[in-house]
Amino acid sequence: MSDSVAGRVPAPAVRHPTWWDRLRINRNWLGFWFMAPAAAILILFLAFPLGKGVWLSFTDAKIGRAGSFIGLENYEWLGLPWWRDSDGVFWLSVFNTLVYTIVASIVKFAVGLYLAILLNQNLPFKAAIRSIVLIPFVVPTVLSAIAFWWIFDSQFSIISWSLRHLGIIDYNINFLGDPNNARASLIFANIWRGVPFIAITLLAGLQTVSPSLYEAATLDGASKWQNFRFVTFPLLTPIIAVVMTFSVLFTFTDFQLIWAMTRGGPVNSTHLMATLSYQRAILAGNLGEGAAIATAMVPFLLFAIMVSWFGLQSRKWQQGGEDS
Amino acid sequence: MSAFNRRSLIKGGAALGAMGAAGLLDFAKAWAQTNQWKPEAGASLNMLRWKRFVEAEDKQFMAMIDAFTKATGVKVNISNESFDDIQPKASVAANTGQGPDLVWGLFSLPQLFPAKCLPVEDVADYLGKKYGGWVPAAQAYGQFQGKWVAIPVAFNGGYINYRISSMNKSGFKEFPKDTGGFLELCKAMKANNFPIGFALGHATGDGNSWCHWALWSHGGYLVDKDDKVILNSPETAKALEYVKALYDTFTPGTASWNDSSNNKAFLSGDVHLTGNGISIYAAANAQGMKAIADDMNHAQWPIGPVGKPTEFQLAFPLLAFNFTKYPQACKALMAYMLEAENYNPWLEAAAGYLTHPLNAYDNNPVWTKDPKNTVFRDAAKRTLTAGGVGSIGEKAAAALADFIVVDMFANYCTGREDLKGSIRVAERQAQRLFR
Repeated sequence: MSDSVAGRVPAPAVRHPTWWDRLRINRNWLGFWFMAPAAAILILFLAFPLGKGVWLSFTDAKIGRAGSFIGLENYEWLGLPWWRDSDGVFWLSVFNTLVYTIVASIVKFAVGLYLAILLNQNLPFKAAIRSIVLIPFVVPTVLSAIAFWWIFDSQFSIISWSLRHLGIIDYNINFLGDPNNARASLIFANIWRGVPFIAITLLAGLQTVSPSLYEAATLDGASKWQNFRFVTFPLLTPIIAVVMTFSVLFTFTDFQLIWAMTRGGPVNSTHLMATLSYQRAILAGNLGEGAAIATAMVPFLLFAIMVSWFGLQSRKWQQGGEDS
Repeated sequence: MSAFNRRSLIKGGAALGAMGAAGLLDFAKAWAQTNQWKPEAGASLNMLRWKRFVEAEDKQFMAMIDAFTKATGVKVNISNESFDDIQPKASVAANTGQGPDLVWGLFSLPQLFPAKCLPVEDVADYLGKKYGGWVPAAQAYGQFQGKWVAIPVAFNGGYINYRISSMNKSGFKEFPKDTGGFLELCKAMKANNFPIGFALGHATGDGNSWCHWALWSHGGYLVDKDDKVILNSPETAKALEYVKALYDTFTPGTASWNDSSNNKAFLSGDVHLTGNGISIYAAANAQGMKAIADDMNHAQWPIGPVGKPTEFQLAFPLLAFNFTKYPQACKALMAYMLEAENYNPWLEAAAGYLTHPLNAYDNNPVWTKDPKNTVFRDAAKRTLTAGGVGSIGEKAAAALADFIVVDMFANYCTGREDLKGSIRVAERQAQRLFR
């Protein structure tokens, strides 16, 4: 490596890229730049409010007044269910939320799947029927909630009225005044609203199943039930996972329906965590306590997501691989 | 009140009768000449008030404000919000130092941020002296530590609404005056198939008002005067037993009732006795339901074992923020609103929905023109304040918003909890708020 080779022009000094050049032209950084706007939006509108909410739950903030840090005090007042002195109303709302979510989600799934399979048949006026099914989902929640509020009214219920005039009962059914009736009424209203979303999404999934699979199965002698159990259902699981995750999240965080119909009554037996959080944070002004309840929803939601994610995600055999 | 004499009565009675917009303007101009609070040059005010319930009240209010603007040159912007939204907005304004100059809100609003309120000692003194003095509840809502921080413009009375014929047929000539007689009436009405009911659901107005009456009439209180939780007492237990006995005479479904449920049920004839503001009567008249309007009347809440009125009525205090650029204009408007020439026609237009906080307005014709309105005249005098015997601050407001007392009664009445359990649950909630 000598410099004295004849005829060689000395090489120009190698220009080392500066850190700024790297940021500008390096492919890895370029990827980062393209993602940055999306990340900024996520951080600003999702991560920041969530973080702020969690922070509020550690303070004694009131509406219009920033609080000071009080550690876990808000959570201590909520307590744990087996404590002798826990917050009964809060834990009742947890119980209500779980009952509401589990019952409504299961029924919505069953009815939604059934509807989807029906709609997947060759029916006359197929397009029209499919759009009609969507109506409950299209009506604004508050409107349908008010309609249900009248349907379940203690004096003017159309159901009570009809049954009385048919001579089946001689009193008004206490729909929203009895704790269990009220829960059932609300769950019914939620199901009525939520079924179309599930039905239409599953219908989309059903239509992606290739008819040749059914043909093959039928040739092998599969019954209708076996067709469903061993062809349709496995191919549908990925979309079920997605749709049920959404359904559970929406149901768990439902607010408008409850607020318009019962405001959490009678005696808090229909208070969900979301409505209780609103009542304590906004109406009673204790932002910190409300934020603690809202934050307490996060673990339940994470758990629900995990279950559907790991329990129902696509398996390798669905793409032709071996199940591990 | 001591300052209540014949002279103030005459003043309160002056300028009665419907006064047209022209009359209002003439008065406003004359008033502006002698007014002691001269609005700042170029002043304009923003005022946030609760959304109207009676159209005529709102019209009269706007006419009055309009005359004020014409007479003083001070522009006043009025914005309306529903009951539930006033407090959050006012709190944010108090905290950030910007927003409306004046807020006309509910209950304890000025007590949430007394240091941010414009002191209105002079306005309150002026009005009190001129109009026969403030009722005690008005002083409690308007003052913080003895200093006036707001002008309690009006109260809203909620009373017992009943069908006269049904009461008579149940063997009662007059409405009972005490809790014992009241229970007998309820039992008799149920026995005669006249359904009765009071809201036991999360009904902000109707539920809170009758449940607090029931608790206080037996001597039970959520907190004592130092805001220590004293709910767990024999008096509370007695109140619970009393309300349970009442509840057994109710029509089914009251645990689901909200503020509008009893209005609907009463007007449709499905309920013959309930607790409500004057709105049922007003609606019956407005919708030409003569049969119901003629057959119904109002009664004061019966006196309980404690031997004195223990009602719980809504208060509407008006405050100005101390960040306002036009404090004199704010004070002028406050004083102007409560002058007899303005207040009397306004009170009439409200048709019993608003009750005066100043003694001199007792002889406004709205209270005597229709004897069925008379009960509402004393709403401001007979009411206790939001904290019972405790303070009127944000904790009392939170306890109301959390329905602690309503839920306590509902828990026991519906059989979800026994007596001790109901009290314990409510006590626990109160301890959380009053910690």
